[in-house]
Amino acid sequence: MTITKLRRIIKAGFVNFKRNGLISWAAILILTITLSVITVIILLQTVLYSSLNQIKDKVDVTIYFNVGAPEDKIMLLKASIEKLPEVEKVFYTGAEDALKLFRERHSNDYPTIQALDEIKDNPLGAYLNVKAKEVSQYESIANFMKSNNALVLGSASIIDKVNYHQNKLVIDRLNAIISGAQKLGFLIALLFIIISIIITFNTIRLTIFIFKEEIGVMRLVGASKMHVRGPFMVQGAIYGIVASVITLILFWPATAWLGRDMTNFLGLNMYDFYLSNFFQIFTIILSVGVLLGMISSFFAIRKYLNR
Amino acid sequence: MIYFNNVSKVYNKDSTALDDVTLTVTAGEFVSVVGHSGAGKTTLVKMILADENPSSGTVFIESVDVHKLKNKDLTKLRRRIGVVFQDFKLLENKTAYENIAFAMEAAGKTDKEIASDVPHVLELVDLSSRIFHFPHQMSGGEKQRLSIARAIINQPEIIIADEPTGNLDPVNTYEVIQIFKKINDMGTTIILTTHNRGVIDSVGKRVITLEKGKVVRDDKDGKYVI
Repeated sequence: MTITKLRRIIKAGFVNFKRNGLISWAAILILTITLSVITVIILLQTVLYSSLNQIKDKVDVTIYFNVGAPEDKIMLLKASIEKLPEVEKVFYTGAEDALKLFRERHSNDYPTIQALDEIKDNPLGAYLNVKAKEVSQYESIANFMKSNNALVLGSASIIDKVNYHQNKLVIDRLNAIISGAQKLGFLIALLFIIISIIITFNTIRLTIFIFKEEIGVMRLVGASKMHVRGPFMVQGAIYGIVASVITLILFWPATAWLGRDMTNFLGLNMYDFYLSNFFQIFTIILSVGVLLGMISSFFAIRKYLNR
Repeated sequence: MIYFNNVSKVYNKDSTALDDVTLTVTAGEFVSVVGHSGAGKTTLVKMILADENPSSGTVFIESVDVHKLKNKDLTKLRRRIGVVFQDFKLLENKTAYENIAFAMEAAGKTDKEIASDVPHVLELVDLSSRIFHFPHQMSGGEKQRLSIARAIINQPEIIIADEPTGNLDPVNTYEVIQIFKKINDMGTTIILTTHNRGVIDSVGKRVITLEKGKVVRDDKDGKYVI
């Protein structure tokens, strides 16, 4: 009998959805707007995170060594830095490579190149580029350099300078901006999602309000709460399914346009991102749509079911 | 079968719908409740369905205090009562067939029972040709006959008809009352509220007269006297 009841509820939901016509489409329209807002937020968060990652990638700490510092000592230090949990990568640039890079960088700066040629010996030392996993962790890496652990390795004598303290102000500011942007992004996203959910809930509440009298009649002829509520929840789920399909179809050309014309500005190809993450986005949007439709219906009808 | 024990319903200081009503309706009776508009007729029948709570007093159906029932039990009780309203209260989004099928589904009937009983009851109220029509495609008389069909489909012990002829012309009124009489002859208790003199006089059964929420007259073979 439970299966019969479930079948009747699902059938009634579909029949009501079809017969309610304009009301159903009005609810779908609002739900589509809500899901579009959520999709935009997902895409914007991706742009934000990708931009922040690009900025983070540009930050590093460089340890310059004295000219002629023995490579084995540098490698020993490199290995111990790599063991730090905060460190993502350490790049070694030897003295010869450092000179080559310097020459390339200053190839148009004739006096500098000439001065280098005059010296003959390589005036540059080797250096290590240290990339931390998070911008906030550079300080602890710099502190490690000052600590006994580093000194024990005998590195104090070979280190010329660590540029962290010169870059400290920029790194600190960047760190504040990144964490601020992430927090702001999250708050704005949360605010928009809450507003959209409230609007959707109220729209569904209005569609159910229209059937307030009928709900009362259903109860008076002896229908159980689930018998009355079930079809409305099925309708809510249908709104969610249709709205998510519409939303995902709408974002196809929208992301294609963004991918074609805005890739440089956004820093990533939106269309590629949309297509490669389509299944995840589809799952999120469909689940949110169906849950929002069903939960809104569940709560909206509650008031009219009492007695 | 139905007992009202000193039932009062006070909405506010100036509005008393029922004032210390005590009465009994026995099984199989046909009781007409008459009174002017605002006399408390509708409140009285709503009390039986527990659609209104009394300010004081109790309403029993057999040994059950209807206002003390839990939601689930109240639903079960309502399945034993058929209801007919002046404004029909049909489900506008459902066809004649579906309106009746809904009441049967609510009572837990099988698809087979629904498929065989619905056409039969529609035939009984002369609506066979309207089986797939929506309420808005029907006349007032047809709607009321449909709501009667819905009320009787689960063979209830009691039928409550709240001014069922209020929106009908004399011919449809006559037809509807004849249907109620037939149902009553089969043993179903009927409680009918009306202020239609013709209806009361043609039924010729017990009449309870309400005035400002009080029972002022209770005649066994009553006539319409106000």
